[in-house]
Amino acid sequence: MKPGTRLKSAACDTEVMVIRCGTGTIECGGAAMAEAKPAEAAALSAEFSAGSLMGKRYVDAAGAYELLCVKPGKGSLSVDGTALTVKDAKPLPASD
Amino acid sequence: MNIALLLEMAAEAGSDRIGLVCEGRRWSYAELLTAARGAAELIGASGASHVALLDESSEAAVIALFGAALAGVPYCPLNYRLADEDLAGLLERVAPALIVGDTGRVERLAPGQGHTTLARSDFVAAAQEAEVAPDREYDAGEGIAVQLFTSGTTAAPKAAILRHSNLLGYILGAVEFAAADEDDAALVVVPPYHIAGISALMSSIYAARRIVMLPSFTPEAWLALVEAEKVTNAFVVPTMLTRIIAVMEEGAAADVASLRAVAYGGGKMPLEVIQKALERFAHCGFTNAYGLTETSSTVALLGPDDHREALASDDPKVRARLTSLGQPLPTVEIEIRDEDGKVVGANEHGEIYVRGEQVSGEYKEKSALTADGWFPTRDAGYMDEDGYIFLSGRADDVIVRGGENMSPGEIEDVLLTHAAVADACACAIPSVEWGEVVGVALVLRDGHLEPAEDELRELVRARLRSSRVPAKIAFVSELPYNEMGKLLRREVKGILAD
Repeated sequence: MKPGTRLKSAACDTEVMVIRCGTGTIECGGAAMAEAKPAEAAALSAEFSAGSLMGKRYVDAAGAYELLCVKPGKGSLSVDGTALTVKDAKPLPASD
Repeated sequence: MNIALLLEMAAEAGSDRIGLVCEGRRWSYAELLTAARGAAELIGASGASHVALLDESSEAAVIALFGAALAGVPYCPLNYRLADEDLAGLLERVAPALIVGDTGRVERLAPGQGHTTLARSDFVAAAQEAEVAPDREYDAGEGIAVQLFTSGTTAAPKAAILRHSNLLGYILGAVEFAAADEDDAALVVVPPYHIAGISALMSSIYAARRIVMLPSFTPEAWLALVEAEKVTNAFVVPTMLTRIIAVMEEGAAADVASLRAVAYGGGKMPLEVIQKALERFAHCGFTNAYGLTETSSTVALLGPDDHREALASDDPKVRARLTSLGQPLPTVEIEIRDEDGKVVGANEHGEIYVRGEQVSGEYKEKSALTADGWFPTRDAGYMDEDGYIFLSGRADDVIVRGGENMSPGEIEDVLLTHAAVADACACAIPSVEWGEVVGVALVLRDGHLEPAEDELRELVRARLRSSRVPAKIAFVSELPYNEMGKLLRREVKGILAD
């Protein structure tokens, strides 16, 4: 896995671009994400079904992972079973 | 990651939404993406090492920028205002290029260099019609996205390099995806070869804010377009704002009620102009954006609240912030350092250093970054105790008189307080005794008589120090500025040397 990789959810429509990552497993809807979609969809875990939002950046508490959602879906994102949270960008006035 | 992702996401989220209006033609995000993908085919087939644009702003700038990115070839918009000799030098440095725009000029100035040339309309039509394989894979975006020649006000133009990672670092850190309302529209009038012209396209597209292009600036056309397209956001350089206010004062009728936010940058904003602008556009938020080509655009901001607070304040320190560059973006670090590279204290003068993901600091020939990733901007300035940055000029413009460093800005600011002085430029003139001394070129304000030289010298002596008193004073009808509002000190030096 390296920055710039595009990952797809096995459980829903979610797609993310990897901005930063460590060595753990990136999951969506409770199932591991991969560059290709599996032939058979994984079940959406109830615990990870809050959904992903287009254009939001998701990070872990340690700041090792950052994912940009480029396609939204029903699953929510996690790494090794720990949910990621939305990175709040400070709203800036448009400068260009 | 490839910067084309920005356009792909905008098209994915709202494919029918209008992303660009130029000369009456409206483009949806999906149409722009289709044309960019087609352009990538043309670029790939041409074997070009660069994609150059030699043209005013149009849809071709968007299509070429993202088409080049998809094809993995640096996009290199050129300054069409350059003299033949200077442009010929740049054309040779990007050969063989696919060049969109003034085909006749390329054929005349750069024959036999292997360039592929296309007029704007031919390029756009071919990009729209090109066949793209359904499983086409694009460049991963690990290399150079944009190559810009610096304006060269102090030396020969350098080829600054911006990688996909620098530009995406800026956009993803500063712009909220699809945050614009459906009615939002940004008026883009900065030329396409300027970093602000490129970042305006990317940030507007990512925010899903409709771009309204004005290919060639006149204050009348700008006001007409604000009214016709109900423009909400605009970026201007100081000279543009000066001219817009001038025609409004002369009574130009225009409905600018839709305008909510005006950002400015690219050169020093005269205090008088921004004060007038804040009064005339009282319903707008003003933002001063400070950035350089080498930093992928904005690194510091003076926001709307700062402007209002400064205008309303009686505290001279707060009021002075109207001339400040503002504070660093949250994603960027800024330090002021002395000549030995040591960080100086608050309010002490030095050189502005910047660090962050969006900072490239890299030229084709070499990187200017320090070992720990800081970019020395060559801009001179200081930071107050609240983190507001003030610019005093280019570090190269510092006047060294007998070992004492003086910034032209402080001398100019004092001279500008004289009622008869409309514009001022201080620069170094050679001196046998001191190495350098201060020379000033002044523009007389209409309706005033030329003040005595002794009166002006006394003004500087009283407010600053005797070392800063100009040795030579010349009155000129106007000072030389480039089209972005940058004062061409090199030329003033020439005038004062005569």
